[in-house]
Amino acid sequence: MKIGVFVCHCGENIGKTVDCATVAQRAAKIPGVAYSVDNKYMCSDPGQNVIKNAIREKKLDAVVVASCSPHMHEKTFRKAAADAGINKYLCEIANVREQCSWVHDNIPDATDKALDLVRIAVEKVKRNIPLTAIRVPVTKRALVIGGGISGIQAALDIANSGFEVVLVEKEPSIGGHMSQLSETFPTLDCSQCILTPRMVEVYQHPKIKLLTYSEVEKVEGFIGNFTVTIKKKARSIDEEKCTGCGLCIQKCPIKKKAFNEFEEGLATRPAIYVPFPQAVPNIPVIDRSVCTYYQTGKCQMCLKVCGREAILFEQQDTLVTEEVGSIVIATGYKLYSIDKKPEDSEIKGYGEYGYGKYKDVIDGLQFERIASASGPTNGEILRPSDKTQPKKIVFIQCVGSRDEQKGFSYCSKICCMYTAKHAMLYKHKVHDGEAYVFYMDIRAGGKMYEEFVRRAIEEDGVKYIRGRVSKIYRQNGKYIVKGEDTIAGMPVVIDADMVVLATAMVAQPNASKLAQTIGVPYDKYGFYQEVHPKLRPVEVSTAGVFLAGACQSPKDIPESVAMASAAAAKSLVLFGSDYLEREPTVAVVNEANCAGCFYCLKVCPYNAIEKKEVKNKLGEIIDYIAHVNAGLCQGCGTCNATCPSKSIELIGFNDEQIYAEINAFSESFV
Amino acid sequence: MSEEKFQPKIVAFVCNWCTYTGADLAGTSRLKYQPNVRLIRLPCTGRIDPVFIIKAFEKGADGVLVSGCHPGDCHYNLGNLHARRRFILFSELMNYVGIDSSRLHFSWVSASEGKKWVDVINEVIDTVREVGPFKKYQKINKEFVLHE
Amino acid sequence: MIVGYYPGCSLTGTGKEYDMSLRKVLSLLDVQVEEINDWCCCGATSAHATNHLLSVALPARNLMLAQKQNLNELLAPCAACYNRLIGSKHEISHNADLKKKVEFVLEEDFNSSTEVINIVQLLQKVGKEKIKSLVKVSLKDIKVACYYGCLLVRPNAVTKFDDAENPTSMEDIISATGALTVEWNYKTECCGGAHSIARKDIVTFLSKNILDDAKLNGAHVIVVACPMCHSNLDMRQRAIKKLYPSHEEIPVLYLSELIGIALGLNGKELGINLHFVDAINLLQMVKAEM
Repeated sequence: MKIGVFVCHCGENIGKTVDCATVAQRAAKIPGVAYSVDNKYMCSDPGQNVIKNAIREKKLDAVVVASCSPHMHEKTFRKAAADAGINKYLCEIANVREQCSWVHDNIPDATDKALDLVRIAVEKVKRNIPLTAIRVPVTKRALVIGGGISGIQAALDIANSGFEVVLVEKEPSIGGHMSQLSETFPTLDCSQCILTPRMVEVYQHPKIKLLTYSEVEKVEGFIGNFTVTIKKKARSIDEEKCTGCGLCIQKCPIKKKAFNEFEEGLATRPAIYVPFPQAVPNIPVIDRSVCTYYQTGKCQMCLKVCGREAILFEQQDTLVTEEVGSIVIATGYKLYSIDKKPEDSEIKGYGEYGYGKYKDVIDGLQFERIASASGPTNGEILRPSDKTQPKKIVFIQCVGSRDEQKGFSYCSKICCMYTAKHAMLYKHKVHDGEAYVFYMDIRAGGKMYEEFVRRAIEEDGVKYIRGRVSKIYRQNGKYIVKGEDTIAGMPVVIDADMVVLATAMVAQPNASKLAQTIGVPYDKYGFYQEVHPKLRPVEVSTAGVFLAGACQSPKDIPESVAMASAAAAKSLVLFGSDYLEREPTVAVVNEANCAGCFYCLKVCPYNAIEKKEVKNKLGEIIDYIAHVNAGLCQGCGTCNATCPSKSIELIGFNDEQIYAEINAFSESFV
Repeated sequence: MSEEKFQPKIVAFVCNWCTYTGADLAGTSRLKYQPNVRLIRLPCTGRIDPVFIIKAFEKGADGVLVSGCHPGDCHYNLGNLHARRRFILFSELMNYVGIDSSRLHFSWVSASEGKKWVDVINEVIDTVREVGPFKKYQKINKEFVLHE
Repeated sequence: MIVGYYPGCSLTGTGKEYDMSLRKVLSLLDVQVEEINDWCCCGATSAHATNHLLSVALPARNLMLAQKQNLNELLAPCAACYNRLIGSKHEISHNADLKKKVEFVLEEDFNSSTEVINIVQLLQKVGKEKIKSLVKVSLKDIKVACYYGCLLVRPNAVTKFDDAENPTSMEDIISATGALTVEWNYKTECCGGAHSIARKDIVTFLSKNILDDAKLNGAHVIVVACPMCHSNLDMRQRAIKKLYPSHEEIPVLYLSELIGIALGLNGKELGINLHFVDAINLLQMVKAEM
């Protein structure tokens, strides 16, 4: 092998402390080095020409450039080498500027060190092999998981750019929590009015394939090439035939039995239902857990009234497979349960507030429904227990948030704003009512947010009390709220008619399950973990998977929408080229050696190790050995260090190369 | 640097994303440190096989430094944590066979910690200088090589 | 079933009817109690207000005495004793320095494996079914407010017993007697505790709130498991009546007394006649003897 060594002076930068000519001279004596020269500026065009000409004239097989950090000019020199006809991976850099001339003063010492660094690079490059970048075709189709405002925004952005989108929503309708809200802060515009057109747009978009009442079961593959298995749960309705006339819903004999999820338990619904009138798609679903037919085998009223015979009692769950290139996760949040529905209350921390016990102690989403014109009270503020108008409401912030003892240490971010909004809405509807807010701090960071809270206090006369509530109990038909005013330093007792708890935003209960399905890290609260909190906030460590909205951390609508558009943009970046080029420095398995212990599989952060079948001549499986999915491998080499039999090696950084590097300067040591 | 002063030889195994970049930053910031160290760049500290460390000692190193990203900052999510586990076990083993633990160092240096890199390197060099040349191992090694 | 017994000072003085009733009821339930020999103060009130080490070492001594009598379980009927015993054990096991100091004071190693239990826990171990099977007088006509006070369930991390904010274990035991329990709001509210002597005004006010809420929610009787709560709620009712003439008295019984009535014991045997507030009407409601 003929290696060329090119020592750069970088003007004075290297040349001042490293005797470049000596380095070049002495490098020529390293076995394998056929040509060695120094130059004032290697990265300049003439400098690069020195390299190119030497490769051609001296018929070099590999080059070492002693210059600045590889993070600076590795690309430049590799390209120069490639232009002259050698594989670009046969070019190595010896970092004699950042890690030698700039950090040392003594010329002999720096020169020795520079020569060592050249030796290391020479020994490494001797053992490099020509590589070609891995080219992976890109499926230009996206999967969006979750049909709330974040999912809707991401799907529309991608689809409007001309790429297909598969939008999966686990509920019977898209819309998410935003569809439940009455008005939105800080403008007090009607949530439904701004959301519904988007929902319809999704439904009618030729590029969006909408799968509602469906869940992601399995994700295989890697960036650009995911195969996703989606379970379409049985609606018990023929979606093709149903016209959404709603006759079945009107005639269902089960009127007052089923828990109405959309109304947060403040109303009931029939066994066959659409979650809300503007649902998209406007196709009902049968809740088999309450339907008389599924319980007793009798009834079938819906089938009798359906003019289109669209009811399919025997319908089964079906599995759908979709090929996509990117995945946007927008699965949103849940509210910290205060026991609206006992089986859902996996967390209970506030016995003293009377969770589940007092009907008029409700949470933020329940208040949204009460305040909503389409809600169970048609927008009139009436308390759930006796449908009377509450004259005194207490709002309590930070229930579950910023509470390490009983809840979570994080701030839920939106509660200060929505509590101010709730108090405002209440005051606008009940003019003689009194609204009290117990708060810890007011965190109203955002455009027009602080002004909004001030409006609630100054214009609408909402009374803010800084302090926590210790107990709520019922006495003489009132809810006695005992708390502390920490500014006055006095205990406060308020006899309220209704209490609204701003409960924490928490991760979806099955967030970790989905995370494991896709391979997304999540934090201790179950929120998905972005790669970098500042510079890569929508990407996760699994390439090709992006985050949008509150599944990553508590967020309000504008932030969720912005993040969704960002996730869409990231998908579109991917769809911008037909192939993905990836560094070929990935791990490979020596199949003859692998004993199939799969330690590598356990340590791999990317699930890139697969079990490969070993068959005998008869085609029977006799063993399993490791196999690297080059599409998933990111080249960290942890498997290489872990493998007991050294049967897996990282190309470009294999054991032989590293031993050679260690050997290289040992010569100068001894 | 006076000639009498012992000049230890240090091998540093560093990851490409944090410590190597941190060491570059030390250079860009024109910070100075002692020249006794040779860096071997690896994609991740998770790539470091304890055998590398033994090999470095065998080839005449007086001290070894392993340095990577801070926990939680690993470019490959978990590599540095695997490295830490391996290192804890390995250093105990080294201790057990009688190798002074001050010859073996582990640190987290991020891409922004040029100054920390300088401090770490100087400290490692000074510590190893105090322990002296690693003759014991080299002696055994030479005999071993002779027998071979 | 044999269980260690740590009566503490109250049960030999102001709360002796608790001791009387408890011993009788437990013998009916086939529970043998073995009193700790040479027990001393549990360290409540004075000790833990003045000297932390003393307040931990005193219960530690009692626990080691129980250990020497080979008692696996130690019943502390008084909620304050229960809290001191279980709290000290928790503290010593989580603080090596403290453990050393305590061992120096005790002049022996502290290695207590005795489980400290309160009366509700003991009755849970006996079992609702057992109690139900021995009921002679059904209490179905009376409504009971169960008062837990502050020490029985708190701090929850130490006692690991019931829900600190809305405990329900006493209600569950009482349901075995047929009595109804009421939903009320002052189950765990402070009665004023040891301020009984120094700040009668505070205790009178706090106790009145508790009594009022029990009555408001329809209770005929308040049941307690703490001699301090009992003395505040029972003894202070006369003072309350002086300040609030409209106050109507409500009897306050120990949990052991209520169960004793159900098991057919009469009022005198249980010491109910020793209370300040007459419970005769209550006993008449269930046709039990005084």
